[in-house]
Amino acid sequence: MVPVLEIRNLHVSVEDKPILKGVNLTVKQGEVHALMGPNGTGKSTLAYALMGHPNYTVTAGQVIFKGVDLLELEPDERSRLGLFLAFQYPVAIPGVSVANFLRTAINSRRRAANPEDKGIPIPEFRKLLRAKLDLLQMSHDFAGRYLNEGFSGGEKKRAEILQLATLEPDIAVLDETDSGLDIDALRIVASGVNMLAGPSLGVLVITHYQRILNYIKPQFVHIMLDGRIVESGGADLALHLEEQGYDWVREKYPEKAEN
Amino acid sequence: MATQNEELATLSDYKYGFKDDVKYTFRSRKGLNAEVITELSHMKGEPQWMLDFRLKALEIFNKKPMPTWGGEINLDFDEITYYTRPSDKTEGNWDDVPADIKNTFDKLGIPEAERKFLAGVGAQYESEMVYHSVQKHLEEQGVIFLSSDDGLRQYPELFREHFGKVIPATDNKFAACNSAVWSGGSFVYVPKGVKVEMPLQAYFRLNAEGTGQFERTLIIVDEGAQVHYVEGCTAPTYSRDSFHSGVIEIIVKKNARCRYSTIQNWSNNVYNLVTQRAVVHEGATMEWVDANLGSKLTMKYPSCYLVGEGAHGEILSMAFAGPGQHQDTGGKIIHGAPNTSSKITSKSISRAGGRASYRGLLKVYKGAHGAKSSVVCDALLIDDKSRSDTYPYIEIDEDDVTIGHEASVSKVGEDQLFYLMSRGLSQEEATSMVVSGFIEPLVKELPMEYAIEMNRLIALQMEGSVG
Repeated sequence: MVPVLEIRNLHVSVEDKPILKGVNLTVKQGEVHALMGPNGTGKSTLAYALMGHPNYTVTAGQVIFKGVDLLELEPDERSRLGLFLAFQYPVAIPGVSVANFLRTAINSRRRAANPEDKGIPIPEFRKLLRAKLDLLQMSHDFAGRYLNEGFSGGEKKRAEILQLATLEPDIAVLDETDSGLDIDALRIVASGVNMLAGPSLGVLVITHYQRILNYIKPQFVHIMLDGRIVESGGADLALHLEEQGYDWVREKYPEKAEN
Repeated sequence: MATQNEELATLSDYKYGFKDDVKYTFRSRKGLNAEVITELSHMKGEPQWMLDFRLKALEIFNKKPMPTWGGEINLDFDEITYYTRPSDKTEGNWDDVPADIKNTFDKLGIPEAERKFLAGVGAQYESEMVYHSVQKHLEEQGVIFLSSDDGLRQYPELFREHFGKVIPATDNKFAACNSAVWSGGSFVYVPKGVKVEMPLQAYFRLNAEGTGQFERTLIIVDEGAQVHYVEGCTAPTYSRDSFHSGVIEIIVKKNARCRYSTIQNWSNNVYNLVTQRAVVHEGATMEWVDANLGSKLTMKYPSCYLVGEGAHGEILSMAFAGPGQHQDTGGKIIHGAPNTSSKITSKSISRAGGRASYRGLLKVYKGAHGAKSSVVCDALLIDDKSRSDTYPYIEIDEDDVTIGHEASVSKVGEDQLFYLMSRGLSQEEATSMVVSGFIEPLVKELPMEYAIEMNRLIALQMEGSVG
């Protein structure tokens, strides 16, 4: 059976303020979805809530991933189950190299599957990491740098995609991966995602702007307004937004636009 | 995700807490007095000047008040056994060391490390060095690596010339205590131009309850020579406190280089009150790498007295304070000559109610023009129960100097943990990773074997640290 992420009537509050007010969305492995909407409508909240950030409280609804109640799991368990979040603002971990971090992440997964596991042998890991760096046209030196420390905006986003490539999840949520990137960086990051997207990966691209969708072609586009998905459609919906902006959505759903 | 402050488990089992049932050759009566000192001095067959030195130091010890700063010392000096003799002789062959004691050092991996990567090893059990050996080729080049007692016996003049000169008995109460009742420690002399490539290691073990250990180390690095000395220490865990107070005196002569590394891992019932100081001559370099993970209270501030033009001093200090621990550590640099340079880097980690204090002195005397120094202190708090303090003292009497000072305190952030956990690391692994990254700049200064050991110890300290 194909892995499915199914979000049912999800309500999420941050510091007692309701942000998500009943989100329904299903993403299957192999599909590319885009979630669009004006700023402050809850797109990133959905991303954090899916990954289990402690500040995001689920007040109602369900998320089923691969038949498991995702909301019952800790963030690390969600990750090991096959969910990935590319952060809008990746966090710096000084003193920890990209390679050391990724090897630890791989070993955590292996040990969770088999407590007796001795970890990935270092030569095998080096080979794997080099292959992923090459795939994403990244310098091998990157592996030795401290994770996200002193990285440019573009480097941070590429590091996220490198992690995505190395950890090989079933479903990846890309939270505003395009924000803060110039056009060249955007093109590089998007081509990385395109290389990874395919039958074994489902992608949910969260974005405010249409421009990343010039490079990543979604099959499904959803528009979020005030904590709910108000429109869903095909790739043409994104083009429509490009031409019309978000005003027509606000006009169509005035009661939501006011909040 | 359970918040970090909840369910803070107690420290994982201290791995070195085992104890041996050893028959001692001699154990003095509790308490410190002239009788105990005279007895141990006679037993060691010391010259009169040393006995006089000891008795004078005892007077100083009795007169000096307890320090009014630093940590809380609830130690009953009368309940400590100051001299415990495990065997009558320092052996040069492990097979000659009493079996129980050899067994302990086997468990601690010392003979194995000696075979693999050390130039020489000294092993102290309670009050005496039971083993001391240095590689033949170094001995042939004139390198001396002996227990201090054997140093005094075999090289009386060289020993007397330097002993107690860097750290006089009057320096502080605990230096006086050590001067009165010192036993064991290493005597190291590296002749002119000789470079000892691999480290010399001394290992200190306290075994009996309520025991004091007062090793005395004297290291002389002659002109253009080079040496790296490493010390490690462990003890069993008892409900009664033990007392360790070493004195380390180092002389780094012109253009010589010395590095002294400590991986201190005493059990949590040991008061560790140590005085370490180096006099650094023209063009010479002294580096202290001081890692404090164990003990109940450590008060230790390795010092460099830069007395020759162009001398360089460096202190890398790392402290880890867990439940019930107070690490009051740091360093002192005294610029007493022109164009001297120094650097203090301090990294401390506090968790589960532990307290880490950085205490440092940077002093530049008038005339030490062109002195350069940078002091960087970073503290990492794992939770809200723990504490970090910084006491930086800076005294500059010269105008032509370049001084930099930075201090930071950070908390392991929820966002860092969430980020790492979102990649599949457990909360414990994530916390450990932030901590190991924090001390990485220091650990990478250690030889590989010690870096691995250090990371392992940190991981052990972190085990069970989160719910």
